[in-house]
Amino acid sequence: MSEQTFRTIMMKSIDNVAVTLQDVPPKTVVIVNFPKDIPLRITIKEQISFGHKFAVRPIKKGDEILKYGEIIGKATRDIEEGEHVHVHNLEGIRGRGDKVEK
Amino acid sequence: MTKLKNNEGEFLGYRRPDGKVGVRNHVLILPTITCATQTAQRITELVQGTVTFIHQHGCAQVGVDYEQTFRTYVGLGKNPNVFGVIVLGLGCEAHQARSVAAEIAKCGKPVQSISIQDHGGTLSTIAEGAKAAAKLVQEASTQMKEWCNFSELIIGTECGGSDACSGLSANPAVGSVSDMIVELGGTSILAETTELIGAEHLLAKRAANDQVAKRVYEVIHAMENRSIQMGVDIRTGNPSPGNIAGGLSSLEEKSLGAANKSGKSILNELINYAEEPKEKGLVWMDTPGHDIEQLTGMVAGGAQVVLFTTGRGTPTGSPIAPVIKISTNTSMFEKMGDNMDLNAGTIIEGKETVEEVGKRILREIGLVSSGKLTKAEILKQHDFGIWRIGPTF
Repeated sequence: MSEQTFRTIMMKSIDNVAVTLQDVPPKTVVIVNFPKDIPLRITIKEQISFGHKFAVRPIKKGDEILKYGEIIGKATRDIEEGEHVHVHNLEGIRGRGDKVEK
Repeated sequence: MTKLKNNEGEFLGYRRPDGKVGVRNHVLILPTITCATQTAQRITELVQGTVTFIHQHGCAQVGVDYEQTFRTYVGLGKNPNVFGVIVLGLGCEAHQARSVAAEIAKCGKPVQSISIQDHGGTLSTIAEGAKAAAKLVQEASTQMKEWCNFSELIIGTECGGSDACSGLSANPAVGSVSDMIVELGGTSILAETTELIGAEHLLAKRAANDQVAKRVYEVIHAMENRSIQMGVDIRTGNPSPGNIAGGLSSLEEKSLGAANKSGKSILNELINYAEEPKEKGLVWMDTPGHDIEQLTGMVAGGAQVVLFTTGRGTPTGSPIAPVIKISTNTSMFEKMGDNMDLNAGTIIEGKETVEEVGKRILREIGLVSSGKLTKAEILKQHDFGIWRIGPTF
């Protein structure tokens, strides 16, 4: 387990994802600070690159994913705390012409 | 050496006959038709102080699409950064050089139209155009600059090649400058309707009145419907592969970061592509997310300076308006120093606050407006693209 402190950012306390500001190796414990809230200790499950997101709490398939306190999409499968959240498990809801019945 | 003076809230600009102020003194060779772009290029090669652009428009366009292209040409000619214009046509095209010239002339600046067919071919047109341009350039060079107020500026804001830092560093910093410009009585243009899909409710809440709020939803739905009618996931084009590599997962996520460029000001007006704002303060121009089409639309709307944030890095520039490139992260700023003017990555590193970077950008606007060249200008990055809204016939 790494002792190094990794910088992360969470925009709003209702968000279920945070952004890492450094490349984080797997099995690292990161601290997510949100003003006025108790810091969250999250164990990162997999390699997460600079600027990418990870779940700060478990997210169920179909749940809305929140960043900036707003909806950025929904989970296409269950996501565990500390898991990378990106196009493989998050899909946008808007502009989805592919979902319109032909 | 004595350096360019930076007076708080002021810059040295060129007063135009209609009272507006330019931050550059270009002579624009404006080809209204793709067939005249090569001739226009030759003229700019011969005469220093002239600018032009390459494009593929000006013929076989009808209806609203014709009008939008026409409005763009006229707006670029009227942009206060332009001292005078030579409108170059072929002769038989839909977008007639003389009609474009007549519209531009209404703002009082020197305008002349030349057509290749009337002047007996390419070489005679180059000679005629170069002679006219040389005269205009010399006239322009005698104009004294004067101290002008930031309230006379229209600042275009734009993000391109975004990454996950865009919404955390450079976009909020541009948002804070946008608020400062509005506070100083100037105008700030927010654009890229596509990249506001998912953030429209936040902007509608800040609308000056119900009519503006209604227009916010109208332009968003119109843009979203275009992808729905095509039966495609908008993510196949936006966010782009580079955005996704940078950590952005959906259009909504990109939009929420992009909306930060508008700061916290009240949204006073929603204008059409390439339309001049009637209101001061924060204005939204309906444009696509395409960097160059958006840039061209804002400059045609009268923007004298453009702020462009980027995470992946881009060389984008305009033939008419200086574009100040702001990096969202320090590693790209260092890697693409040729193209970057300012770095907002210091926010990510905790070295500067959003407001501190905002103030740094504001000072740069003052210097650039007084004549400091941006990287894109030095590299002659003269990008141009019109948002076409109809097929070619």
